[in-house]
Amino acid sequence: MSVLIFAELDEGKLRKSSQEAIYYGAKVAEQLGTSATAIVIGQADDSELATAGRFGATKVLHAADSKLNEPNGMAYATVVAAAAQQEGTKVIVLAKSSLADAMAARLVGKLRAGLAANVVELPDLSNGFRVKRSIYTGKAFAYTDLTADVKILAIKKNTLAVEEKDATASVETFSPALNDGDFGIAVKSTDKATGDVLLPEADLVVSAGRGLKGPENWGIVEDLAKALHAATACSKPVSDLDWRPHSEHVGQTGLKISPNLYIACGISGAIQHLAGVNSSKVIVVINKDPEAPFFKSADYGIVGDVFDVLPRLTKAVQAL
Amino acid sequence: MVIRRCEPGQTFRTPGSHRLITIDHARPTLQQPQIDNTMKILVCVTSVPDTTTKITFTDNNTKFNKAGVQFITGPYDDYALARAIELKEKLGGTVTVLNVGEADTEPVIRKCLAIGADDAIRVNADPTDAFFVAEQIAAIAKENSYDLILMGRESIDYNGGQVHGIVGELLGMPSISPVMQLDINGDTAQITREIEGGKESLEARLPLVLGCQEPIAEWKIPNMRGIMTARTKPLKVIEPTSKDTLTNVASYELPAPRGNVKMIPADQAETLIQLLRTEAKVI
Ligand SMILES: Cc1cc2nc3c(=O)[nH]c(=O)nc-3n(C[C@H](O)[C@H](O)[C@H](O)COP(=O)(O)OP(=O)(O)OC[C@H]3O[C@@H](n4cnc5c(N)ncnc54)[C@H](O)[C@@H]3O)c2cc1C
Ligand SMILES: Nc1ncnc2c1ncn2[C@@H]1O[C@H](COP(=O)(O)O)[C@@H](O)[C@H]1O
Repeated sequence: MSVLIFAELDEGKLRKSSQEAIYYGAKVAEQLGTSATAIVIGQADDSELATAGRFGATKVLHAADSKLNEPNGMAYATVVAAAAQQEGTKVIVLAKSSLADAMAARLVGKLRAGLAANVVELPDLSNGFRVKRSIYTGKAFAYTDLTADVKILAIKKNTLAVEEKDATASVETFSPALNDGDFGIAVKSTDKATGDVLLPEADLVVSAGRGLKGPENWGIVEDLAKALHAATACSKPVSDLDWRPHSEHVGQTGLKISPNLYIACGISGAIQHLAGVNSSKVIVVINKDPEAPFFKSADYGIVGDVFDVLPRLTKAVQAL
Repeated sequence: MVIRRCEPGQTFRTPGSHRLITIDHARPTLQQPQIDNTMKILVCVTSVPDTTTKITFTDNNTKFNKAGVQFITGPYDDYALARAIELKEKLGGTVTVLNVGEADTEPVIRKCLAIGADDAIRVNADPTDAFFVAEQIAAIAKENSYDLILMGRESIDYNGGQVHGIVGELLGMPSISPVMQLDINGDTAQITREIEGGKESLEARLPLVLGCQEPIAEWKIPNMRGIMTARTKPLKVIEPTSKDTLTNVASYELPAPRGNVKMIPADQAETLIQLLRTEAKVI
């Protein structure tokens, strides 16, 4: 009956978003009077996997077949379905990501499970199984009843404030039968920034728009991000112009993020941009135009020139 | 579309289709490899509120308020459609547009026809649940053996990003999303997919289900001729084949407005950092 959490690895470590998913899953398990089990796929040390206990999991199922080393939504869905069956799971929890989304959709087809994406609160179990999820790209919420026997909750970042405890999870090897049909997609190459804070996972984000005038000026954005240990993001025209990689573009047609702090520099605040960032906890806007629409959606604002303000903020952070 | 080199007289079955192709000895002018010029592409599109829409609800927050709202093709679906048309122009074949929706989605479907799709299917139902939508799409795909099923990475109303994966699973086909680049060589697709902080190049055999996003193609705008011909292109309306839903929206809510913005004079920019630490407690 246990709640099953699909937890992802990044270079052998549990992802931050997955830690939050485990914490969320453990809370749901408490509501249901059962325990939380994490399923982790890929290579990792037992000592790392046992840290799932800090977030509330009592057990980790570890699927480490080398065929699973490449992220593969289809094969991972087969593994998670097998784990769900072994554990008699009715509720599966995961944090949204490119891999988890692909995996979860296949799982819906396999298990006829009801999936709610972008869940922002713990479920309400007082009358059936109701979740609150973000819809219309952050512009509204829908209270949604999950009516299928198996339920999948894909949570949005920053849904709960994670509290760690001093506990370790037991780790069990999990080796379900794999399905050859799941390996039809060949990965030719991967091109990924390493060492930086991953944008979808980041608690703090410094983002910049066309107000920066050109890619050669991004140094002042990166300096502030570095001082804060923040990730960098950008508006759509900036990635369309190839000033920054597409994977940094946030908004209606880009990533939807919900960090603790979003600092927008030289971004006007078009509604399509806001759609991707409006669920950030605190928004700071720096723009030289006092009429920029973004100020209406901000918590803190500075009317000023980014070329003057950003270096001063960086110094102030470094002085902390 | 499937390109196969084969000997005269040889017969083969194209993957995912039931047509038999036979090389005809009587037509010696054929020098090219035999081309089954029927790359069949299905593009699944949503009809969604324009991205600038202010969302409101009626009936005690249980219904989306359509009054005054302009509906558009889902922006990601528009990318899928644009790439489908390009592939058709390059390789030959047909593009069918499919929407699960009520009659008020037809302007969006007609626009897709005006952009260059050949025909359209509307499954007459209110698409409130991703699994329900996926079952309709899968049922149509089973009857028609498409080589490619293109969708958007996500719909901008419910943002589930799941219909392509469910359809892939129901059809036993690989699904890949979000796809930023797509090229077809024979029966193989070369794909670039976005991942956190970067991208991945992939290769897979057709048939496939793909969730698309930019920069897979430039959005296309219908021209006058397209708009005229769209009126006479076939739009078939069919009833849903199954009724099962796994989720059900009970009510809606708008986010609480943000409090007033606190302005900091530019010459005191440093105080922002103090406020973020002591007041907002985020750094
Ligand atoms: C269907 C659709 C989807 C879209 N999706 C997205 C999306 O996902 N994400 C997105 O971002 N946009 C999206 N857009 C585009 C969006 O409408 C805006 O055009 C875009 O967000 C504007 O980007 P920007 O703020 O960087 O540029 P601009 O609007 O040009 O704003 C630049 C800002 O910088 C300020 N500025 C200039 N110089 C300085 C300086 N020295 N110091 C301080 N401030 C300065 C200016 O006052 C101005 O406010 C979409 C549009 C459509 C139609
Ligand atoms: N009602 C629908 N009719 C046709 N296609 C749809 C419908 N809903 C979703 N899709 C397709 O599935 C993709 C992903 O949708 P979603 O899973 O809702 O985010 C969309 O971009 C469309 O291509």
